[in-house]
Amino acid sequence: MSELVLDVKGVSKRFGAVRALDNVQLQVHSHEILALMGENGAGKSTLMKVLSGVYQPDAGEIRLGGQTIKVHSPADARAAGINLIYQELAVAPHMSVAQNVFMGSEPRGRFGRVDTGLMTRKTNEILASLGARFSADTLAGSLGIADQQQVEIARSLIHKSKVLIMDEPTAALSDRETERLFEVIRRLRNDGIAIVYISHRMAEMVELADRVSVMRDGGYVGTLPREEATPERVIQMMVGRPLGDFYQRRETTTPGPVRLEVRNMHSDRIHGASFAVRAGEVLGLAGLVGAGRTELARLVFGADELHQGEILLDGQVIKVKEPLDAIRRGIAYLPEDRKGQGLFLQLSALANTTMSVLGRNSRFGILNHKGLRRLTEDAIKQLAVKVPGPDGIVGGLSGGNQQKILLARWLAIKPKVLILDEPTRGVDVGAKSEIYRIINQLAASGVAVVVISSELPEVIGICDRVLVMREGHISGELGAGQINQEAIMTLATHLPAAVDATVTLH
Amino acid sequence: MSIPLPTAGQPPLPRPHARLNAREVFNRVGMLPVLIVMYVAFYFLTRYLSDDGTSNFMTAGNTMNILRQTSINLVLACGMTFVILTAGIDLSVGSILAVAAVLGMLTSLPEHMPMLALPVFMLSGLALGLLNGVLVAGFKINPFVVTLGTMTSLRGAAYLFADGTTVLNRTIPSFEWLGNGAFIGVPWLIWVAIAVVLVSWFLLRQTVLGLHIYAVGGNPQAARLTGIKVSAVLLFVYSISGLFSGIGGAMSASRLYGANGNWGTGYELDAIAAVVLGGTSLMGGVGSVWGTVVGALIIGVMNNGLTIIGLSSFWQYVAKGAVIVLAVLLDKWRQSQATTN
Repeated sequence: MSELVLDVKGVSKRFGAVRALDNVQLQVHSHEILALMGENGAGKSTLMKVLSGVYQPDAGEIRLGGQTIKVHSPADARAAGINLIYQELAVAPHMSVAQNVFMGSEPRGRFGRVDTGLMTRKTNEILASLGARFSADTLAGSLGIADQQQVEIARSLIHKSKVLIMDEPTAALSDRETERLFEVIRRLRNDGIAIVYISHRMAEMVELADRVSVMRDGGYVGTLPREEATPERVIQMMVGRPLGDFYQRRETTTPGPVRLEVRNMHSDRIHGASFAVRAGEVLGLAGLVGAGRTELARLVFGADELHQGEILLDGQVIKVKEPLDAIRRGIAYLPEDRKGQGLFLQLSALANTTMSVLGRNSRFGILNHKGLRRLTEDAIKQLAVKVPGPDGIVGGLSGGNQQKILLARWLAIKPKVLILDEPTRGVDVGAKSEIYRIINQLAASGVAVVVISSELPEVIGICDRVLVMREGHISGELGAGQINQEAIMTLATHLPAAVDATVTLH
Repeated sequence: MSIPLPTAGQPPLPRPHARLNAREVFNRVGMLPVLIVMYVAFYFLTRYLSDDGTSNFMTAGNTMNILRQTSINLVLACGMTFVILTAGIDLSVGSILAVAAVLGMLTSLPEHMPMLALPVFMLSGLALGLLNGVLVAGFKINPFVVTLGTMTSLRGAAYLFADGTTVLNRTIPSFEWLGNGAFIGVPWLIWVAIAVVLVSWFLLRQTVLGLHIYAVGGNPQAARLTGIKVSAVLLFVYSISGLFSGIGGAMSASRLYGANGNWGTGYELDAIAAVVLGGTSLMGGVGSVWGTVVGALIIGVMNNGLTIIGLSSFWQYVAKGAVIVLAVLLDKWRQSQATTN
């Protein structure tokens, strides 16, 4: 009953000097959900873009239903029966659901008129089969994200999909919405569609997948049937080494006195958050996307408006009205959006590294070029940044090296408190391990480190203590020995975790 | 030694000690070759088109003419470089020049305080620039809209101050030298432009403020999160643009012994053209004063050359516009070559 639908053989793709895909293979059957796992930058999205015709592979073969196909454009892929649903939804908000579903392939009636009746009827049929709670006439913009996703799924179904690829579809969904999406996915599988489900969330893989394929650094690592795909094993395949080494867990030191304390913080998005972090401690801030972690960090840093609340540094109440106030007192914040909020991409490594300490390295506002250069050279050496020199333009560096440069900027102010927002997002495995090493070193030297991360293995691997946030407040705290995936997810969602899979590392 | 900031054409990863190949040299010099080619081409054109087969285009006298004619635009363009580096725009430089010129000339009249004329030129320019800065940085209004507004109302103000006529004064001892005198054989107009260029270069390349200007233009959000006072930086760039416009007002008033409300009309466009020709990005964060110097000279050489050839002023407009677009197109191509290299 289950037959091989999509067979990818030896696909490679280079972008300049970067090898994005190297001899990748992938097999997907009908009546099957294949979970494609891998870290950010592992090549999952590139592979999917090759399959959907956005990129042309340099080498390799794509076979669909036994025949070699060439996909030169997304339209080709759709015609062949391969549909991709992106992370970012592309729904036209001012048009009806039916118009969205049939966009670009509107059925024609007499005189070239669009056959609205047929469109509505067919859309409603598909929506019914998906179990949707809205109709073809609904305005797409009035739907929630989960419903908009169903519009996209419906769009792929009118094209007689053989293969449906979903790229991190649950990233923006609540638990209940995720549950509903999973029902839809299972229904589609039972109808015979081959489904590729891309994710790096372990719990979803365990719940949904029939088989699991893993990619790492642009290459294919292997495939496991469901029974053998334990989270530990899959993570090991994803990172390519045992986890213990990976996080370079340091000896647990006794943390020092309380460095930073915040009391009863309120803003538009934060509703009463209090916590403290000690010198030498690595405090994790976990929670789902949108739980308010970044918002809380930005409040402490003075980047957003604080309605109410107190910030204490070394026991003294401090006023933080803008980032400059925080920086002067030794509080640093590494933003999650490195390119949008952190780096000056057109400027040199030197300018990027020293931007926060120019005042200290100048006299009467005139720059001390020698001092700045020395500072940059030291930072490059210390953090092992791969850059041609202090004059190298930061925009040309890889994600990992860019992140190190940004980290260097904050290390230059000799911070007392360092808040890192998704410090390893979009960073290759090597740089990731470097960043963990730096975090550990900083903590050992007495810096209070706060790490915001959506990757649970990371939180579990590097944090001494974890605060979990949900809907703008702190829903719980986990101390040493209590930090595991299940506990975090329970606090993050306020539901007993549906999955009994836990990754506990010691 | 100065902090390496990207001029438009620099390759993304310059290897410090690598041997410069032809392409890298080409990338570094930017639009300079265009300027040189144009200068030589005009020499041959003027020779070819003259009756007796000779040309004085390349003589020291005419070259000095070109520089003198360029000086005011160059001063305005330096101020504009600061503003455009922050991804802003200042459309009001021509109008500020007019207001400053009129106010300065009025001050120079015998019944007022002739000795204070020069400070009035500069301070009125600075004050009006500050007004732009407050509206942009303080009230967070789009710079295009702010300076479109001040361009219009200050033009009106200039006419009002001048009472609709031209303020004339044949005796302006306190600043006659500026427009008409010379120092070691070079007109003061040119010296002033050189001084403005050097001050601009120093501010942009050697000071904390300069690096902050590049940072604000390159990524304003990151600049704020890095502890840069973005508002203060914006206030500064519009103020200095106003100050330079005031200096431009003094230069033109002195040269012509008068000022009226019409002075400086359209100067903002020449200044913007010079900056863009010099490779400074309208998106902010990339560019240099040297580029602006080359850009202003390209415009100056064209104005002078086309006039000597005897092209009608209507055709001069057509030619100037076409050259600006072509030059920027060339620059874009040059940069894409640099990045694929």
